[in-house]
This record gives sequence, C-alpha cells and structure tokens, in this order.
Amino acid sequence: MYAQMVKTDADRVKSLDEMDPQERAFQQRIDAGEKIEPKEWMPEPYRKTLVRQISQHAHSEVVGQLPEGNWITRAPTLERKAILLAKVQDEAGHGLYLYCAAETLGVSRDDLYEQLLAGRAKYSSIFNYPTLSWADIGAIGWLVDGAAIMNQVQLQKTSYGPYSRAMIRICKEESFHQRQGYDIMMKLCAGTAEQKAMAQDAIDRWWWPSLMMFGPSDDASVHSVQSMAWKIKILSNDELRQRFVDQTVPQAEFIGLKVPDPDLKWNEKRQSYDFGEVDWDEFFQVLAGNGPCNRERMASRTRAWEDGAWFREALTAHADKAAKRKATAPIAAE
Amino acid sequence: MTAITVKSGDPLLEFLLRMGDNSLVLGHRLSEWCGHTPVLEEDIAIANVSLDLVGQTQLWLGFAGEVEGKGHSADNLAYLRDAGGFRNFLLVEQPNGSYGQTLMRQFLFDAWHYYMLRRLEHSSDRRIAEIAEKAVKEVTYHLERSVDLVIRLGDGTQESHALMQEALELLWPYTGQMFDADGFDEVAVKAGIMPDPAEIRPDWDAQVTRTLRAATLEIPQEAFSHKVAARSIHTEHLGYILADMQFLQRAYPGATW
Repeated sequence: MYAQMVKTDADRVKSLDEMDPQERAFQQRIDAGEKIEPKEWMPEPYRKTLVRQISQHAHSEVVGQLPEGNWITRAPTLERKAILLAKVQDEAGHGLYLYCAAETLGVSRDDLYEQLLAGRAKYSSIFNYPTLSWADIGAIGWLVDGAAIMNQVQLQKTSYGPYSRAMIRICKEESFHQRQGYDIMMKLCAGTAEQKAMAQDAIDRWWWPSLMMFGPSDDASVHSVQSMAWKIKILSNDELRQRFVDQTVPQAEFIGLKVPDPDLKWNEKRQSYDFGEVDWDEFFQVLAGNGPCNRERMASRTRAWEDGAWFREALTAHADKAAKRKATAPIAAE
Repeated sequence: MTAITVKSGDPLLEFLLRMGDNSLVLGHRLSEWCGHTPVLEEDIAIANVSLDLVGQTQLWLGFAGEVEGKGHSADNLAYLRDAGGFRNFLLVEQPNGSYGQTLMRQFLFDAWHYYMLRRLEHSSDRRIAEIAEKAVKEVTYHLERSVDLVIRLGDGTQESHALMQEALELLWPYTGQMFDADGFDEVAVKAGIMPDPAEIRPDWDAQVTRTLRAATLEIPQEAFSHKVAARSIHTEHLGYILADMQFLQRAYPGATW
C-alpha cells in the first residue's frame, strides 16, 4: 500500500440525516456506486483527503524508483537489465498519472512535489529500506509490488473517477512487476547455494517491512471509517494484510523460502494464516524519518530536482522565446 | 566462467562487436540516470532510449556470438570481456556529467548512428540489414529527441547556453573517431557489409551544423581529434563501467540469473 496513513479531518462520520441536502445527495451517489468527476461538487474534506492519498501514492512511485534504480547498472544479464529499466520507467509513469489525477482536484504537481522535498508529505515507508543484493530486486517485485497490488486492485473501484481510472491502468503494469520479481526469486532458488542464500536473506529483510506497507491496524480509526464511507478506501488495512499473507506464504513455500515469522501458522478454522505482530515501533520510526535510507532518498530526490533546475528553466525560457517569435513573425514579414 | 577474449581477424565479427559495444556502453551510461533526471518526463524518455540500446545490443552481440562460433551468447560477450576486448567509440564511454552533457553526447552519437543505420539497411548481409531496419525506427526518434533538446537548451537561458557550449567543447575531440576507418573496416566496406565511415561524415556535418546553428551554439574550431592506435584502447572510464556492469557475473561465475 503506497498511502499508509491518510488523515481525513473527520472527528466522526456524519449520518445522512446530519448532512445538508448537497452533501447528502453526494453521499447517496457514492452509496449507489457512482463515480465522482473533477468538475462536480464535492465536500471539501473529501477533496483534501483525496489529494493527500493520491499525492502520497504518487510520491511513493517517484521515491520508489530509487531502491530499484540502485541495481539497474548491475543487473546480471541484458534481459534483466531491460526488464528492470522498463519497470522503473513504469514507476515514473505511474507517478505522472497520479500527479495528473491529483491535479484534477485543483492542486499543482510542482506544489505537491515541493511538499515532498520539504519533508511535509509522506511516501510509503518501504522505500526507506536499502537494496543490498540482486535478490532484493526480486523481493521488491514479488513482495512490495505484491502488497501494492493487493491495495490497488480494490482502489480500481474507488469513488473518484480519475483515481479509479489511473488505478486500472497501474494495476495492469503492477501485475507484470510482481511476476518479474517472483521470476527473479524462482531463478535464484533454483540456482547455486549462494544464490539461494541471497534469496532467503532478501525475504528475511523485506517480509516485515512489506507487511508494514498496509499501515497500522485501522479498524477503530475514524479516518479509515470516513474514507470507507466515501469509498476512497474499500477494505481495512488488516483485511488487506491478511489477504497478502494468505496469498504470499504458499508462494514462498513453493520455491523453498522460509517466511521469517515464528508465529506463522495455518488456521484451519479461519482458513487463513495466523501471523506475528509487526514491529510498529520500527514502522513509526521509519515514518518519522529514521529508517535506514530516509535521508539518502530525500537527498537523492532533492539533488535531482536542484541539479535539474537549469534544465527546466531553459525549456521554459525557450518556449517563451519561441512564442514571442511566433507573435512577432507576421509583423516582421509585412 | 573466466574472461572471454574475442580474437580479431574476421571483419564481420569485428563490425558486429563495434556496433554492439556502442549500444551496450551508451545504453549503460543512460541507465545510470534512471530516477535522477531533472523531471519525471525525462526519467521516462531516457529509460526508453536506454532500453532501445540494450535491445539493439542483444541483436548485434547475439549475431556476433553466432559468427564467432564458440557458443558465446550476447550476455557472455557483454559480461565476460575485459576492457581491452571492447570496441566501442570513446565518445559513448565518457561520463554523464550534467544532464546537458549527457544530451550533447547523445546528439553527437545519434547523428552518426542514424546515418550509419540508414546505410546499413542496404548492407550485403541480410541479417545486418534487418537489424538496421528495426534499429533505425528507434534511432529516428532518438535523433529527433536529441536535436530538439539541444536546440531548446542551447537557445534557452544564458546558463543553459553556456553549459551546452561547454559540453560541446568537451566532447568534440571524441567525434572524429566515428569517421576513421581501419583495416577491418576497409575489408568490410569492400564486401558491402558496411558503408565507408568517411561517407557518413557529410550527412553528420550537415545535421550537426543545422542543429547547432538553431541552438545558437558555436561549432568548436579546434581541429584536434583523439586518435587511438586500435579500437581496443579506451579511456579510464570504461573499466569502471565494466566493474559495475559485470559485478554479479564476476562474483558468481557460471550462475544463471
């Protein structure tokens, strides 16, 4: 999940009776499964919550290029390099459509981006962990993209039209990402003892941070209940996490990897896995900026932005000159 | 696997390695930018160009492996040769520098690459003609993009103009090598495999002059051009590219990925 903790500004969720007629009509449309489109009226807290959620998601895509980009130049074959390049390129593309979706809510991409660089906007905690071996690229595709898909599949049904359409497109690409990640892991597990150890080490380090991607338990959270009433969010964090564990454990077993959770056990009655508690202290530390790579990630993004200022300014200056030339051309020709 | 040395001798093989190594090394250099360019659209565009070049590498080096006849795949040739075995131009191994320097390097190479591939579409070797036909579609776009950006950045702000002029001066002495022919080339030209490199020069000159004029940049008057005794001689930069690129294949010899 790329938006882990989205505030809604709500103290509690209003009932239909408490709403004014406009808001009630809006809620009834959502309840009927209609999509809300950019020019239509929407309550201000709905708009703000969406901006937060979509921009967190966009920032996650953009920061998410870095840990995988770290291995592009070291990819072990030409094919792996091409696949990884294409994947990181897709992430930049996802960032782009999501910023565009956010822009339909009356904010600008540059403003959102500045908030990220200023440390005022969140992005997924997962990208603050380092990629230390090639197997980490497999683990990210398999676990991180797998967790992201779990969340994004349900968001295809989200109530805001542009967000829902962006999700439909993104999900198609993400499922390719997950398959390529699992394929890397399969190859490693079928390889030499050193390669298999590399794969096990990767799942050992990425398993728990992947479970953290769904955010803390939110069953009792007013923000979550409000987001669900608006159909900005469809399932709770715990439901999604459970689905992810149930889907992923058999995949790990299939290739002979051990999930690093001593409490993991199949529960016959629930037809689901019981699993251990996530280290939430670590999660909150990473969110607060104290993960292993928070500073490097932000420094990389800031450096790219600042070093590229001359480039962006030059393109604008050239466009202005070209427009001026065009405007004066008929006069000069007379 | 230990390092592979591909013995010189066959002009066709030599030609294929030269084409493949140019795409490989430049594709690698561009991939270093992934996620670090000045704006998201550029992250996407530069990854596209890099991807095209990696794909072309697979075709050229794949064919080279077949011609060599020792069972070497494109990956073997890319990941197991040492620097002295690489035949790429010095231009493509030059460091990325600023984004402007990267784009200038790209433009100077694209202009050569485009006119080279256009001629290779008529190569006497059918397989080369087919690869060229596929690659030229991609490289037409590469050239359009690099021409457009060089013009916009040259004729942008004072700062961007100065930066692009500086990049041009820095890279210019590496461009002459693209038109030099050696004994291998002469045989390959006679066999109709490839055009005479010198024949590409007038088209390249015209393209470069046209673009730089529109970009308000000045063509360096410096006639100096880096000359090397053989294509196996490189700048210091190539060794580091290979240390990075070949790391996994070297650390885990014989593993499949």
